[in-house]
Amino acid sequence: MTALLVDIFLWAIVIVLGLMLAARSQPMFLDSLRFAVREFIALLPRIALGMLGSGFIAEILPQEWMMAWFGPGTGPLGMVIAAVAGALTPGGPVIGFALATTALKSGAGAPQVIAYTIAWALFALQRVIIYEIPAMPARVVWLRVLVSLPLPFLAAGAALVVGKP
Amino acid sequence: MSAPVRRNRRAFDWSAAVIAALAISAAVTVFVRDGQARFLSILTDDLSLFGLMLPKVLAGCLIGAFVTLLLPRETIARWVGAESGIAGILVATVAGAILPGGPFTIYPVAGAFLAAGADAGAACAFVISWTLIGYTRAIVWELPFFGLDFVTWRVIFSLPLPIIAGLLGRWLWRYFAPLQKDGA
Repeated sequence: MTALLVDIFLWAIVIVLGLMLAARSQPMFLDSLRFAVREFIALLPRIALGMLGSGFIAEILPQEWMMAWFGPGTGPLGMVIAAVAGALTPGGPVIGFALATTALKSGAGAPQVIAYTIAWALFALQRVIIYEIPAMPARVVWLRVLVSLPLPFLAAGAALVVGKP
Repeated sequence: MSAPVRRNRRAFDWSAAVIAALAISAAVTVFVRDGQARFLSILTDDLSLFGLMLPKVLAGCLIGAFVTLLLPRETIARWVGAESGIAGILVATVAGAILPGGPFTIYPVAGAFLAAGADAGAACAFVISWTLIGYTRAIVWELPFFGLDFVTWRVIFSLPLPIIAGLLGRWLWRYFAPLQKDGA
C-alpha cells in the first residue's frame, strides 16, 4: 500500500515537471526524455546486481561474525568500524545500500548500519571523483568532505540514544 | 574555464564487477550448500524487489532530466550568497532536500551556486542535504532495500546534519579561504 502511494507520488511529480517542460519547449522535452531513458537503461544492470546480490550475500555471511563486528552490542567502536567500512565501499547508486541491507539481515545493529550508510553516502571516493570534483571547485569539495566527518557518528549516536529504528 | 561535466555513465565498471563477482560466488555457494529450493526462494524474493524498484528508478531518472532543464539557477544562487547568514544555510538545506535529481544534477547546481556567489558553507549544506535527506534519493534507492520504518528514522536523525556541517563549513572557510590563491 505504502509502496503504491510512493509510486503515485513520484509519478505525479514526473507528470507535473514533464508538462512544465513540454509547455516551455517540445524539443527540449523530447531530448530530456531520451536522456532519462538512456540513464535508466545504463542503471539497470547495477540495480539488478545490487538486488540479487544482497539476498545471496546475506545468506552466506556468517552471522556470528556480523554480530561481533557490527552487532547491537558493539556500541561506539562498532559505529567507527561501520563508518570506515562505509567510506571504503565503492560508490555507485546501489552498492552501499545492498551491502547495508545485507548487514541488517545478518544481525548488524541499526545505529551501526546508519553510520555505515551515511558514511558511504558522504564519502564514497568514486562519486566524489566522478561527479563532485568536475562540477565544483576542488577546495570546496574537500571542505565538504572535512565538515562531513562527524556526521555519521552524530546520526548513529542519535539512533543509539533514541533506540530507533 | 569550467571543466566539462562528465555525463557518460558506463553500465558496468570495476565497482559493479566486484559486486558481480561477490553476488555470483554467493549464489553458487547457496546453491551448492543449501540446494535448489533455497536458491530459488531467495531468487524469487529478490526478483520481486527488483520489479518493485524499476518504476521508481525510471521516475527518478525522468525527474532528474526535467529538473536539470527547468531549474532557474540564478534565482537559487541569489538566496544562498555569502551574506545570507544562517537563513542561507537553511535555504540551502531545504533546497537540497526538495530538489529532485541525481548526482549529475545536484553537483552542477552546487557549482553554479558557487560561481554565482553562493557561499562555501551553503554549498556544503546543499550537497549534504541532498545526499542525506533528499526524498527522491531516499524513495528511489533506499526504500526498496530498507523499508519505510528504517528509512524514516534514518532521515529524521539526518535532519540537523546539513545545518551543522554548513555552519562548520562557513566558519572554517572564513579562516582558510584567505590563505589560498584564487585558482578557480
